[in-house]
Amino acid sequence: MTLLSVSSLSVRFRETNAVDSLSFSVAPGESVGLVGESGSGKSQTALAIMGLSPENATVSGSVKLSGTEIVGADESAVRPLRGTRMSMVFQDPADALNPHLRIGDQIARILLSHGLADPAGARRQALEALERVRLPDPERQFRAWPHQLSGGMRQRAMIAAALIAKPDLLIADEPTTALDVTVQAQILSLLSEIREDTALLLITHDLGVVANHCERMLVLDGGRLIEEGPVRSIYAEPEHARTRALLAAARMSDDVQPPSDGETVIDIQGASVEYGRRDRVKAVKGTDLAVKSGETVAIVGESGSGKTSLAAAMTGLVTPSAGRIVFLGEAVAASVDDRPSSARKEMQLVFQNPTGSLNPRMRVEDIVAEPLAVHEPGLDAAVRREAVTAALRQMDLDDSFASRYPHELSGGQAQRVAIARALVLKPKLLVCDEAVAALDGTVRKRILDSLREVQQATGLSIVFISHDLGVVRAISHRVAVMYQGQFVEIADTASLFEAPQHPYTRELLGAILLPEAGARSSARSSK
Amino acid sequence: MSVFRNLNRTVRVSGGILLAVAMLAIVLPWISPNDFATVDLDNPLRAPTLQGMHWFGTDDVGRDQLVRTMHGIRVTLLVAIVASLVSLVIGVAWGAVAGYVGGRVDAFMMRAVDGLYAIPFLFFVILLMVVFDNSFLLIFIAIGAINWLDMARIVRGQTLSLREREFVKAARLIGVSTPGIIARHIAPNLIGVVVVYLTLTIPQAVLVESFLSFLGLGIQEPDTSLGTLVDNGTDHLETASWVILFPAVLLATILMSFNFLGDGLRDQLDVRERR
Repeated sequence: MTLLSVSSLSVRFRETNAVDSLSFSVAPGESVGLVGESGSGKSQTALAIMGLSPENATVSGSVKLSGTEIVGADESAVRPLRGTRMSMVFQDPADALNPHLRIGDQIARILLSHGLADPAGARRQALEALERVRLPDPERQFRAWPHQLSGGMRQRAMIAAALIAKPDLLIADEPTTALDVTVQAQILSLLSEIREDTALLLITHDLGVVANHCERMLVLDGGRLIEEGPVRSIYAEPEHARTRALLAAARMSDDVQPPSDGETVIDIQGASVEYGRRDRVKAVKGTDLAVKSGETVAIVGESGSGKTSLAAAMTGLVTPSAGRIVFLGEAVAASVDDRPSSARKEMQLVFQNPTGSLNPRMRVEDIVAEPLAVHEPGLDAAVRREAVTAALRQMDLDDSFASRYPHELSGGQAQRVAIARALVLKPKLLVCDEAVAALDGTVRKRILDSLREVQQATGLSIVFISHDLGVVRAISHRVAVMYQGQFVEIADTASLFEAPQHPYTRELLGAILLPEAGARSSARSSK
Repeated sequence: MSVFRNLNRTVRVSGGILLAVAMLAIVLPWISPNDFATVDLDNPLRAPTLQGMHWFGTDDVGRDQLVRTMHGIRVTLLVAIVASLVSLVIGVAWGAVAGYVGGRVDAFMMRAVDGLYAIPFLFFVILLMVVFDNSFLLIFIAIGAINWLDMARIVRGQTLSLREREFVKAARLIGVSTPGIIARHIAPNLIGVVVVYLTLTIPQAVLVESFLSFLGLGIQEPDTSLGTLVDNGTDHLETASWVILFPAVLLATILMSFNFLGDGLRDQLDVRERR
């Protein structure tokens, strides 16, 4: 018996096919992973199943939920199914919750609007649902506004809402991408645990998540289904080349060359960062860190641990409240605007959001040429163009990109332009603040490879800030673990991963979802 | 001509209309035998005729409406464009500097704007009149003086959000100077908002000018503007509708063209729209 059967589903936007004659089915109670890179049609598939495709999309084919056709059905016919028979959890819980409604009321409304309970009953069930997703102090969260909850708590509330009417099918679209690693692990096991007989269609680009939480997986590429089968056998023997590439990118090699003994490039001494006037929040509390030339030091920790504040203090975008920064043997001014141009030239930052860090009104060549224009104004135009082309080539971008505007680039290309701009002056230190967090696995791997090549060629030092331990393991020589504004452990990458000392480090490492078959620890016992 | 071909249709059509109207306003009074100030009491409120080039008829004291309307267009366009340029230059510079530099400079500059806002407009105009005498210049100053305040506030708000954008931070890290950042990274990203706001300012300037003229604080007879002509025409709406018809239609055409020009220019200047 099948619960959901999708046959030759296509979703078209003008001339492009987002989803291209896709067919699959989901059995009751099953957990299926839908995997692919961004733009592979995962989310459009989910929206088509929910009957929520955008207005400008042409949907054809068939989607049947226990025999009820959804494609082409009248809105009034599909609406009663949503929330009761099938429900969805979105990527960003902050966007999915109405900021003007209390958490409890939002959840209770689902029952009320479908006429499944009277107001008192809805209230009671909503409270139970909040208990079930293990929100601490559910009575209080029931009355809380969405902005008063953390990201993880919001996503728990969303799951409570999605499951309250005991639907047959739950679609989770990248439910943990916006969350920290440790929170991600909790949310996913919660999801597997409490869904009972609800079938799960889990959409993700993270193969670690699928390996640990799904029985079967579907691999999408360019809107087409390229591989389908039990998770275990696909991980063991991927048939399609794209699947192999995805797996290889997720596993990422960790053959990091040890750095030759270099001199210290930057030495952070007792740096603290505080925000706010009256109630001062200490984001960074007196940290020390030294980076040698040719070395990559990763700073890991969850959001709010002070990683980004430390990067901002190093680069001078915020003024530290205490401590000093010695860069290339000299103490530098706190604010970047007061630093001499010789020091600015040697330290560059790459931001997390690739498109946001490029001026939308400048062409790629002008963006990359700007540092040269500032620091070497006398440079001959031809020489400058040569340097720009070289910097772009180093980042795998050919000459055709030079005349493009940022909006004509993909996320990965934009990030490579940002790195090319940072590297065009051949700095001594590159600070990468979650520089690959927003990118897909294969793109991420290529950028990391390019960075490593540059490092080997030029002896560049890199401070690599990340919450993704897989990436950290692949690129860094040393890892500094940050927790509540302080380093709790600094160790060589290999020894940190093998023998973590601090309990928080152990918790972080425990939360990694390895993309290995059979990693799925708690197979569903019932059924 | 390639510049022309690259313009989108909205810009071409609306810009073309504005240019044509401006050309007529320059050329027609020149070739017409009539003068905008000469009163002819024998021929009041004559209907439009080809005879003697009274194409738009005459007004209540027999002055040729064609020449007067063209004269009005000149004044109106001049007021609109000069006043808007004044508000553009001062407003953008003031707002961008206040927003980008921030801190005490920002507080001081914006409190100055608040202070100017607090002065009642009419009182301000009368004060100017007393000090400077009634003149064209006065109108430019008066209209520019109120418009740049709004422009400065809007630009400052935009700048505040742009300043926190990562590409601006990246520019600081590279070592671009503050004027360089304002000129190359902030200003170009303000164009969309500024152009839209300008297209609102121009019609507003035209309306304020006719309002001032109506109160006797603006353009003085025999000089005229489209607003004044329309105002005159209302007296003869039933008996001699042509007196109001031509200036009103031209005023509407000009205002609409400016609006479309603004829309078109915004798209034109947005690199994301270009293919």
